[in-house]
Amino acid sequence: MRAPHRVVVVGASLAGLSAARTLRAEGWTGSLTVVGAEPHLPYDRPPLSKEVLAREEEPELPRLPLPAGPDARWLLGRRAVRLDTSERRVTLSDGTGLAYDGLVIATGAHARTPRAGGPAPPGVFTLRGWDDALAVRARLGAGRSLVVVGGGFLGSEIAAAARARGTAVTLVEAAEQPLTRALGRVAGAYVAGLQEEAGITVRTGTRVTGFRTALGGGLCAVELTNASAVPADTAVVALGGVPATDWLAGSGLLLDQGVCCDPFLRALRGDGSPAPGVVAAGDAAKVPYALAGGSRVTTGHWADALAQGAAAASTLLHGETAGPYDTVPSFWADLHGARFRSVGLPSLADEATVLEHDPAGRRLEIAYHHRGSPVGALTAGRTSRLAAYRAELASAARSAGVCAAAPSAGTRTG
Amino acid sequence: MRVTVDMDLCQSHGQCVFAAPEIFAFDDEENLVHQEHPDEAEREQAERAAALCPVRAVTVAPAPSPAAP
Ligand SMILES: Cc1cc2nc3c(=O)[nH]c(=O)nc-3n(C[C@H](O)[C@H](O)[C@H](O)COP(=O)(O)OP(=O)(O)OC[C@H]3O[C@@H](n4cnc5c(N)ncnc54)[C@H](O)[C@@H]3O)c2cc1C
Ligand code: SF4
Repeated sequence: MRAPHRVVVVGASLAGLSAARTLRAEGWTGSLTVVGAEPHLPYDRPPLSKEVLAREEEPELPRLPLPAGPDARWLLGRRAVRLDTSERRVTLSDGTGLAYDGLVIATGAHARTPRAGGPAPPGVFTLRGWDDALAVRARLGAGRSLVVVGGGFLGSEIAAAARARGTAVTLVEAAEQPLTRALGRVAGAYVAGLQEEAGITVRTGTRVTGFRTALGGGLCAVELTNASAVPADTAVVALGGVPATDWLAGSGLLLDQGVCCDPFLRALRGDGSPAPGVVAAGDAAKVPYALAGGSRVTTGHWADALAQGAAAASTLLHGETAGPYDTVPSFWADLHGARFRSVGLPSLADEATVLEHDPAGRRLEIAYHHRGSPVGALTAGRTSRLAAYRAELASAARSAGVCAAAPSAGTRTG
Repeated sequence: MRVTVDMDLCQSHGQCVFAAPEIFAFDDEENLVHQEHPDEAEREQAERAAALCPVRAVTVAPAPSPAAP
């Protein structure tokens, strides 16, 4: 394995920057080009649904640290539009061609948009980037009304932040409880309790069917499946992310709701072999996890994007001697004064054991198992207990080993 | 080696505890406690903890430069 001379990182955010920082931190001095679609300097997303919305003060862009060492070439405000893996070349929206011998795919995800008919009227937003956050922020406060569509962590955080600013908030979730799909009924009921206590109206078991507009064309109500409508001047659709892999169409890479990777984070081609010199990381990547029996997963978590970026860079420098990626997933969210922290992949569980349940004290501890093996844990106000779970999960994953996952049905080649 | 944590920034994410359990831990009150002067041999772990902290609360003082000849 020869170290590359020219590395191109596509996606100038958490995973891409983590890869760039790792290359430099390991003393690699080759030519480094970072391409990013957004015009802003690289920034961090978690504050966007938390303090950026919740605080009264004008927010500042939550900058991410840049790589140290020899300068990188930053091509911001330009997107990659094509990848040719045999010519080893990335083409940008302005026609620039970038030759590489190492490529990091770190284009993250776009916000999923509502399926309900027609283009959304003014007043309906998604929240993925800085500009989205500023636009939503400007519409919060006393006298304003907001519907949040989707009761996952992102939607729940937006609802909490908006409520903290005095906004009238309704949270709409298709399942019977918020967060149930990811964390089970107990955690869902726990969060729903906190939301109701905070004065958020929680409407579960219903979906959005349309947006009603006022005479001026702006949003005035959100229509739900049970023929009711919730009056609101603003709606934020928080239905998760869609991996930003549109630019990889025709590249020959294996795409299945993300760039399919091998355990070294090398991007796979249609025939299952790694594309030479191409790695992927973060919300755009689908990575095999031993905890999931070797199946490929996109966790969508901050800590995982960071760790994968670093691991992908190590693979570019050292090949398989870098070792397979085996970091235990971890996640955090702060809701209504409860600090939720999780490790592992709780959504895989067929059994959830509640060890502590104290909403008033903002404490919670749940251990998750699948067929008797530990797959995850969730705590609130008990972060001290997570390190032990994480160690247990790491050893469970090690003993399971990573078996090469066969491409699942519906996998298509880009 | 000197490790500092800005407790005004720290939000008990625990990433540092995962990365370097010999240096960082939580007490029973969910406060982060850490060794201020861990062994130089633990530098790599300490630096990994600093890199993983989501709010960049952990600082590791640079390695002493090799003694001048
Ligand atoms: C509002 C919000 C709050 C969050 N809160 C938490 C949290 O509390 N805890 C947690 O664990 N996780 C949280 N996350 C998730 C976490 O931020 C993501 O997992 C992380 O940002 C993924 O990093 P990434 O670099 O893979 O992708 P992204 O951060 O999505 O970055 C990808 C970048 O690539 C750019 N790009 C896309 N396509 C192209 C192209 N064709 N050419 C060039 N550039 C392109 C994009 O513009 C973007 O800047 C949150 C996410 C959001 C949106
Ligand atoms: S990782 Fe950072 S925020 Fe988390 S406990 Fe450690 S110092 Fe605090």
